[in-house]
Amino acid sequence: MTTTFPFEAETDSDELKTVGTGAVRIDGLDKISGAAEFVDDMDFGPGLLHAAIVESPHAYARIVSIDTTEAENAKGVVRVVTGKDFPYKFGMYMEDRYIFAQDHVRFVGEQVAGVIARSHREAVQAAKLIKVEYEVLEPLLDPKSAVADDADLIHPDLGSYTHVPWFFPKADTNIAHWRKIRKGDTETAFAEADFVLEDTYTVPRYAHCAIEPHVTVSKLDHADRLTVWTASQSPHTQRHLFAEALAPLGFTHKDVRVITPYVGGGFGGKAGVSMEILGAAMATLVKGRPVKLRFTREQEFYNTYQRQGVVAELKIGVMNDGTITAVEHKLYWDAGAYVEYGANVVNAAGLSATGPYRVPNISNDSLCIYTNLPPGGPYRGFGYSEFHFGLESHMDRIAEAIGMDPVEFRRKNAIVEGDELSYGAHMNPSGMIEAIDRVAEAINWGVEEESENPNTVIGKGVACFWKAPAMPPNASSASFLKFNEDGSINITVSGMELGQGYLTVMAQIASEILTVPVEKIRVETPDTDRNPYEWQTVASHVTWSSGLAVEKAAVEARAKIFDVIHQVYGYEDDSLYLENEAVRCTTDPEFVKPLRDFVIDGIQTEEGTWRGGPIIASGKFMPEFTNANSDPETGQGGHPNVHYTVGCTGVVAEIDKDTGRVWVRKAALAVDAGRAINPDLVKGQIVGGLVQGLATVLYEDMRFDEGGKMLNPNFTDYKIPTAFDIPDEVIPIIVEVPQPDGPFGARGVGEHTMIAAAPVIANAVYNALGIRIKSMPVTQEKIAMSYLETRSG
Amino acid sequence: MEVTVKVNGERWDIDVAPADVLLDVLRERIGVKSPKIGCERGDCGSCTILLDGKTVRSCLVLAVEVDGQEITTVEGISYESLSQLQNLFLSNNAFQCGFCAPAIVLSATELLDNNPNPTRHDVQEALAGNLCRCTGYEPIIEAVLAAARGGAK
Repeated sequence: MTTTFPFEAETDSDELKTVGTGAVRIDGLDKISGAAEFVDDMDFGPGLLHAAIVESPHAYARIVSIDTTEAENAKGVVRVVTGKDFPYKFGMYMEDRYIFAQDHVRFVGEQVAGVIARSHREAVQAAKLIKVEYEVLEPLLDPKSAVADDADLIHPDLGSYTHVPWFFPKADTNIAHWRKIRKGDTETAFAEADFVLEDTYTVPRYAHCAIEPHVTVSKLDHADRLTVWTASQSPHTQRHLFAEALAPLGFTHKDVRVITPYVGGGFGGKAGVSMEILGAAMATLVKGRPVKLRFTREQEFYNTYQRQGVVAELKIGVMNDGTITAVEHKLYWDAGAYVEYGANVVNAAGLSATGPYRVPNISNDSLCIYTNLPPGGPYRGFGYSEFHFGLESHMDRIAEAIGMDPVEFRRKNAIVEGDELSYGAHMNPSGMIEAIDRVAEAINWGVEEESENPNTVIGKGVACFWKAPAMPPNASSASFLKFNEDGSINITVSGMELGQGYLTVMAQIASEILTVPVEKIRVETPDTDRNPYEWQTVASHVTWSSGLAVEKAAVEARAKIFDVIHQVYGYEDDSLYLENEAVRCTTDPEFVKPLRDFVIDGIQTEEGTWRGGPIIASGKFMPEFTNANSDPETGQGGHPNVHYTVGCTGVVAEIDKDTGRVWVRKAALAVDAGRAINPDLVKGQIVGGLVQGLATVLYEDMRFDEGGKMLNPNFTDYKIPTAFDIPDEVIPIIVEVPQPDGPFGARGVGEHTMIAAAPVIANAVYNALGIRIKSMPVTQEKIAMSYLETRSG
Repeated sequence: MEVTVKVNGERWDIDVAPADVLLDVLRERIGVKSPKIGCERGDCGSCTILLDGKTVRSCLVLAVEVDGQEITTVEGISYESLSQLQNLFLSNNAFQCGFCAPAIVLSATELLDNNPNPTRHDVQEALAGNLCRCTGYEPIIEAVLAAARGGAK
């Protein structure tokens, strides 16, 4: 059965001129010349004030009292702020957060108070003078103890929280959401399976580590207009959440304006609303003065979103021929103190925890569990990286147990178009098998390689991946397009240029339809006053969704252009086409009308009057086939995901037997982009995402003490890769099985490239040394110690 | 204290306090914004500048220390036109978000000034003090090696 889409995009162009080329990025000159302006680079004049935050030193405590007297009298201080000033809740999918802590703090680093001062130094000094008295409570630091029957409640009022309809919180527990999938009959399937493997895998928390820290400047002007300049992936969502949270102060959406210039990396960490609301709220108390709040690198680690940890209990049943018959996946998420965004990570993982395989009998439980650790939230991969570690490790172990080649085992079960998904809808067109084959070929799968160094061994690994955009079923995108006098184009959209090349890709889509070269198209970063709506730049969905909005705007502009020509010259619209920035006609080969001649001023008719005028157009896209409503006990009945992007990763790794050091000698990554609108930018996502994923398994290791305080919130102790810590060679492979409703067939690839990086290393380590490491990260220490045991045993 | 410093060829005589950090003075007093604030402890390299031709992390330098010296940032390098290295950064997609790019251009510029024929390892070593979370470094290394070859692929 094939999924049908009510909207079929323009994918039939056989002779594409711009789409499919490596057009040079349109933000390139800005960024390489030093011209690119980030929020922290903007000037706000002598009135600029600076904010500093007072943070909880305890993971769980009741606030007994806050004494701000000394801070209020300190030099340079303009205003001191506490939770009493803003007793308002907010949240992306579930309203479980306050702007500043009210009566309790729930993680180390939570904001308790703030100081606004004339200089950054004065704000930081005064913040140290605020005295907070706490009654310290016993924190819950791991998800398994937080779901124990006698566990204290971190959010006793959970049952009263407002949330989206597809969440199922369990009142009077620490379970903020429980995504269940029940399909087929797992009990019988496991009983009848030839082989069943059951084991537990653990994945810790991770930090995004965008090099630009979160920063926001907010100003309430004397006309009660709140403007927030912010380093964000989500300008419209931020405006919406600011307007809703601050509604008691009289704000409506039109009074709130969010401006997002270039952003220095996001990776999910700058999605939704985290610290930005502190700045926005504080600015409302000092009318007329812009207030800057810039997080330190330490705050970046412990008081923005973290990637959630998970304990994954996985059971898979297979027949001797390699057919997977049942999957039972229980995911216990360490979601942290507030789950307003992170609960949707849990939801997304629960919907898709079978991985990219055809599975008739499924039982998934994905539990969003409150703990007294920093709030979990979106991180590139959105739950999929986490569960793929265990799943793809399991796949290798099962293949070995039944005597089947791991690549062949994956090929046999790979999900293809029309296969039924865990929630009953059907799989979109998928290049899964091509991706597996091309990766296997690229790393010479099946050919053992010997190291020339007697101390090292060479191992190979493969791991597949899939991911769907996780978003509300009606998340939408919009675009405005206008021509200029010289036939150049300005496009406004509200997706964010995070570095992925979004602006360039939008220009390429418009260029393809309107035949105006990419160099003559400017695409602007968002200002919610002027740019049309975009939900957020997350979920790897903007090439697809915002791309469709731009495609529709370009098609509308083209129709308006043809209409003017028709009015003046009488040619039928369907005889007209665009070529090299001019209108041509199939019935009159002599006819050529350059766009620059009329897209602003129109065309003069024979009698001297004018037709046409400025060519402006708009486009919007909202998926109309999605539906997040489903049976809470089975997950059946809805169509929550728009489509999946699939792919495969393979590595050749050299491992030192004594030290456990891993060198990735070669890595290949194939991803089904549907259509690569800009193959160079897709390759950029492949290499960058793969390295970010390898870092989670080889280097990064977040540590907390027994009180829940993060011990390594800096780049000295939390190691992200340097130029030395990358594979010797990366082979990017672009598979193109078109997405029927994608712009020119495109679907997203941004997050996917890091998803299989962790299990592929675990599998290569096993292949080389015969040791199976079931907890991330797969550090040198773990490899060396495990190998030592196998040698001495 | 008054210090005299040349920034991208322009002379500044500027009063600074003993505790003023060079990065802040460059950004807030002189208005040169390409050196970025990323960690304020010398880990990330985003605040890299050329001080008398040598890369330093300006977050670890006090403004009073640079009296009589010459500072170059990417604004200075780009003033007339982009360098060949910068053009190769463009054609190799050697940056994504662009936040670390000005600093990385400076580290690579210093390398090529001192070692016109670097190996891959030399390039990795020269860039090892600049963190980039987007690119995975590979396109940066390729751009620098291409520049060393005079732009040839």
